[in-house]
Amino acid sequence: MDILRFITAGSVDDGKSTLIGRLLYDSKNILADQLEAVERASRPQENGIPDLALITDGLRAEREQGITIDVAYKYCATLKRKFIIIDAPGHVQYTRNMITGASNADLVIILVDARNGIQEQTRRHSLIASLLQIPHIVVAINKLDLTGYSQQVFEQIKSDYEGIARNLNLPTVTYIPISALQGDNIVHPSANLPWYTGKPLLEHLETVSLLNDEKPQPARFPVQYIIRPQTEQLHDYRGYAGRITSGSYRKGDSVTLLPSGYSSTITAIETDGAEVEEAFAPQSIVLRLADDLDISRGDLVVKPDEAPALSKELELLVCWIDHKPLTAGNSYLLQQHSNRVKCSVQEILYKLDVHNLEEQPADKAQLNEIVKIRVRTASPLAYDTYEQLSSNGRLILIDETSNLTAGAGIIRAATAL
Amino acid sequence: MADYSLDYLGQLESEAIHILREAAGQFERPALLFSGGKDSITLVHLALKAFRPGKFPFPLVHIDTGHNFPEALDFRDELAARIGEQLIVRKVEDTIKAKGLTENKGKFASRNALQTYTLLDTIAEFGFDACIGGARRDEEKARAKERIFSIRNEFGQWDPKLQRPELWNIFNGRIHKGENVRVFPISNWTELDIWHYIRREKIDLPSIYFAHEREVLQHQQQLIALSPFIRIDEGDQVQNRRVRYRTVGDMTCTAAVASEAVTIDDIINEITATATSERGETRIDDRVSEAAMEDRKRTGYF
Repeated sequence: MDILRFITAGSVDDGKSTLIGRLLYDSKNILADQLEAVERASRPQENGIPDLALITDGLRAEREQGITIDVAYKYCATLKRKFIIIDAPGHVQYTRNMITGASNADLVIILVDARNGIQEQTRRHSLIASLLQIPHIVVAINKLDLTGYSQQVFEQIKSDYEGIARNLNLPTVTYIPISALQGDNIVHPSANLPWYTGKPLLEHLETVSLLNDEKPQPARFPVQYIIRPQTEQLHDYRGYAGRITSGSYRKGDSVTLLPSGYSSTITAIETDGAEVEEAFAPQSIVLRLADDLDISRGDLVVKPDEAPALSKELELLVCWIDHKPLTAGNSYLLQQHSNRVKCSVQEILYKLDVHNLEEQPADKAQLNEIVKIRVRTASPLAYDTYEQLSSNGRLILIDETSNLTAGAGIIRAATAL
Repeated sequence: MADYSLDYLGQLESEAIHILREAAGQFERPALLFSGGKDSITLVHLALKAFRPGKFPFPLVHIDTGHNFPEALDFRDELAARIGEQLIVRKVEDTIKAKGLTENKGKFASRNALQTYTLLDTIAEFGFDACIGGARRDEEKARAKERIFSIRNEFGQWDPKLQRPELWNIFNGRIHKGENVRVFPISNWTELDIWHYIRREKIDLPSIYFAHEREVLQHQQQLIALSPFIRIDEGDQVQNRRVRYRTVGDMTCTAAVASEAVTIDDIINEITATATSERGETRIDDRVSEAAMEDRKRTGYF
């Protein structure tokens, strides 16, 4: 069995939390006591069903205000698949929390309120989905019960969204008409939507392909921790612990260490203290090498024929997630996997307008804005562009004085050393 | 070409090991909070996979409320001895005496809230900058919102409105002096995932997880073990029942479930068929209010 991680996105009050509540409720993934708790907490509803949004809105402030503030994770399973459900907030001010959820999603469900059509947040979340290259996109046109289950309304919104999808180069988008509140087309097909012939939402989620059928990826292994038992029997043992982020490694492979450029050979691959011949992403393993080299946390073990380039001049697309604005000239800690280097922002190249995707000049980036910047790092970074190899082309920027995570960035280009 | 795919347990395992190693790599003085329950036992198993043949880069720390099940304490000591790792035990009893704390009163008086004082004192005593714990997001709705690296202020408090964004699997554990981080490697595991993993890995557990005879008191549909820590009132009926524990907390606030499950397979079948959640069925401490867990976390609780 495999796991699908999906996130719900869209504007405030488009019904994201209700949708998740409905999915869990109709697929019988809510236990009796949890439902009782929700019933106790909910105000009486018209249709006798408890306020399903309360299943995910767990914080006091969320219940008080009836909104989602931070990401909630819910877990459910059907006979076909396990799901990690990421319920993200819709408010602009909580976009950074939405990005937190979206960064680990295989699929995004973008909800659109049938009465309101495409909103600014629909565009912003679609842009984020596009930048993060989330492989699967579902546009769920919700609250159709309030528009008389009109096919025309559905088709109009679909056609509007197709324009966005074209501009953002989104991969295949699946459009599903639903009413989360009434339970139409969530788990069961709906008699109210006879004109819709596609799958209900849950069936789509159960069957969408997660197989990575792209060509094999270059191997990347960031060192997280060095195991040195220093016991009598294991006096010279030195193991490099980490998680393979892409590709695979075999015992006997020649490898290059980056950024140092040293070469060596894999003498053993260990998992759970036992040797294996081969290991692949996303396994956590221990690598042992033939040579005693100066290797530390953050170094990258790669294969010489597919090694990434090194650079100290990178162009990043960054979503700013700190209240303190990003200013050209400021310096930050750049963290790529387990590797941290200092960097300074040389220039803000442009700010991306969420409405029309225009590139506008900017000298600052405020909270939740998306900018392209040029940074210079204190030491060379072994990089891939996010487009080529997302797991080695993503990073965060940390404000060294507040320690806060201030930016989420993807590498767009770089000047190789 | 070989099949380069991991099943879901393999994915969860690898993710948890990655998080444990990030904690080891980013902090000067981490600790692993160990309770003797199945989740922290699983965490220890994952730590063995993450750091062997080396030693753990952290001690195991147990905050002993004094109301623990003796079976869980014995198991704790045996496990620490078997794997040869350091175990630090600090007692709530001592904090109560030293600080003149007031204990809860009542039938099932719990030391759950007082635990936080001992935990924060222990963090200060050893200068721990990170505490690794076995909390899971499926347990409870406040936990469903917490990050994997959860930053706590110098009073150990969680502020749910000020959580750091956590992007991809890049963890930012940088903190100011006095702050600490709670690290939750099995955030994304469910109760059933834990049991399937325990079965796959053949992990030993304290005997109280399996069906056994026990003297219990029935109280509002919950079965509470007889112990010196609860008050027996007139009219209380003590019964001998065949029960097991679905979670292991304090004897005063953890209820048993009627069960015939003697093997892990039995337990998995039982949980698959149940209509009640883990904490809902067994935890008296969560029943205090709608936001009991959030409120405790805001005061420094795990």
